[in-house]
Amino acid sequence: MRLVLDDEQRAFTDSLESMLTGADTPSVVREWSRGEHGSGRALWSRLAAAGVFALAAPEEYDGVGVRPVELALAFTALGRHVVPGPLVETIAAAVLLPTPDLVKRLVSGETLATVAYGGPYALDGDAADLCLVLTPDGLHAATGHGPVRPSLDPARRLTTLTPGALLTSEPPLAKALLLARLTTAAQALGVGLALLDQTVRYVRQRTQFGVPVGSFQAVKHQLAAAKTALEFARPLVLAAAVTLDPADVAAAKVTAGEAAYATARTALQLHGAIGYTAEYDLSLWLTKARTLRTAWGSPEECRDTVLSAGDPHC
Amino acid sequence: MDLAFTPGEQAFREEARAWLAAHVPTASLPSLETAEGFAAHRAWEAELAADRWSVVDWPVAYGGRDAGLVRWLLFEEEYWAAGAPGRVGQNGISLLAPTLFDHGTEEQRARVLPPMARGEVVWAQAWSEPEAGSDLASLRSKAVRTDGGWLLSGQKTWSSRAAFADRAFGLFRSDPDAAKPHQGLTYLMFDLRAPGVTVRPIARLDGKPAFAELFLDEVFVPDADVIGEPGQGWRIAMAATGNERGLTLRSPGRYRAAADRLHALWRDRGGPDGMRTRVADALIGARAYQVFTYAAASRFLDGASLGPESSLNKVFWSEYDIALTETALDLLGAEGELADTEWAERYVFALAGPIYAGTNEIQRDIIAERLLGLPKGRR
Repeated sequence: MRLVLDDEQRAFTDSLESMLTGADTPSVVREWSRGEHGSGRALWSRLAAAGVFALAAPEEYDGVGVRPVELALAFTALGRHVVPGPLVETIAAAVLLPTPDLVKRLVSGETLATVAYGGPYALDGDAADLCLVLTPDGLHAATGHGPVRPSLDPARRLTTLTPGALLTSEPPLAKALLLARLTTAAQALGVGLALLDQTVRYVRQRTQFGVPVGSFQAVKHQLAAAKTALEFARPLVLAAAVTLDPADVAAAKVTAGEAAYATARTALQLHGAIGYTAEYDLSLWLTKARTLRTAWGSPEECRDTVLSAGDPHC
Repeated sequence: MDLAFTPGEQAFREEARAWLAAHVPTASLPSLETAEGFAAHRAWEAELAADRWSVVDWPVAYGGRDAGLVRWLLFEEEYWAAGAPGRVGQNGISLLAPTLFDHGTEEQRARVLPPMARGEVVWAQAWSEPEAGSDLASLRSKAVRTDGGWLLSGQKTWSSRAAFADRAFGLFRSDPDAAKPHQGLTYLMFDLRAPGVTVRPIARLDGKPAFAELFLDEVFVPDADVIGEPGQGWRIAMAATGNERGLTLRSPGRYRAAADRLHALWRDRGGPDGMRTRVADALIGARAYQVFTYAAASRFLDGASLGPESSLNKVFWSEYDIALTETALDLLGAEGELADTEWAERYVFALAGPIYAGTNEIQRDIIAERLLGLPKGRR
């Protein structure tokens, strides 16, 4: 039993973090929200070059095999930096697609994919080069998408898709859904961690009554609660990546999603009115915490998985 | 990363499981907060010790198996899953023993640990005083130098297990002129039946004497019962409070087993939709605490110290325990009101969690100041 990162995993996380720190992701998100995808596509290519999409594809498709732990680490970093786009969907597509050529193009970052599953909307159908629809019959290519509907998170642009040609009647659905749920959980964890960091920085600087507001116990205790919730979500996400047990993945999704959302509420409260504005960058993380909570499995769906799977053991 | 256990660890788990299956009492023991229950639990400790299961991680010389942290976690999972009794010797085993391993003398370890492991000597902690709870540095009970030892005087309170225990350990002010309140304290062990000691049991919410007040009037303690150097008590005791809040006091196995029992209760009884969420959250919380502990143990085995992170543990398990036991009482409906059930006993015990071992308010201050780097300030 060893639940810590090895040197290689640490180095991968550090390099991704430093690349994203230098990438001015808030500007990228704001452009993406306006439907301007140029800077997002450029960042997407850099993520592909860093090997993010290769983590979900077999070697013969230019991938490195499915590496759930590294995927979880990468998506925590993507969440920390609120990278926009159908990231989770592209991972799911890489697992679902039966065609090597298409998967190779996903791995290289040349192609963005989105997937509609279980609801009417697919993320970023207008930006994706490859739109897929999962129906009870199997995996279909979409013939087109409907108008863009805004999400509560302006960076998430929702469209309906129309199913067309059947690509495969037996896609590896369970595995794709498990990885989609895991990477969404990891992304939520990253969003929560960033919200906590930003709020800690803010309450150390912001003074009222002549002292930093972070010196007030009422403020400290809210942040301590957020820290506790996030620190208990972090190993759940990693352990779920190791076991890929559906109950573990569901537990990670509930815990990370709820911790990030609770942290968003705390972050907004402790920033006060500035946090309630669209112009202040905190908003980019606040709105994402809300939408990731229900993406790829609502808390109640995930709780059902935990209850019906019985006792999650290693 | 790897969550699998080695064949040796698996074999250890199976050996523990088989032993427990053969030995755990079929009828649950009376509450250890009663005289009758205390005696029954002592006998259980002796039975555990006879086959070296009472302190598996201790060195063999003191009655353990030198099993290490991972096997200890596995043993705890098996222990609680088997429905084995609560540990009456826990204060000594989880608080005093680690302190003696780190700061005691060889003579003290040889004298104190084996009878502790066998349940022959049950220890109570004597930290709090009427004016010193969360602000432990303000304690006033004193130790005055005398020929060959010290004379203890003053009052201790909220001393868990002291109503029926044999001996106690705590901090005493040995240098009233020290520059700062946490300096000049000495860590001592003393006999609860020595001349000058009066034990007044205190009934907790359910009427059981789970703790006691201790009145000390020039109680003699020989030099041999000072732990570490006189005047260094604070530093030594703080190491022990990390154990108290951290994983050794509350292993994940306890909550894993409790969550599984709650899940079974819900399957038997069903309940309104709201209960579904709470039962699922109990299962999720048990898994979260289990893997959090695996991660902490992995870092610990790599040489890291747990430090202020143990405050995260303490806040988590104390709140989790209440949510879990409340859910069980709600599932039981009208029967949940009955006081003489195992769930009721667990619930009453859980209610104290956010108060003892340093209140959760103090733990949140530690998390905010030491883990998040927020400034000290107004309380």
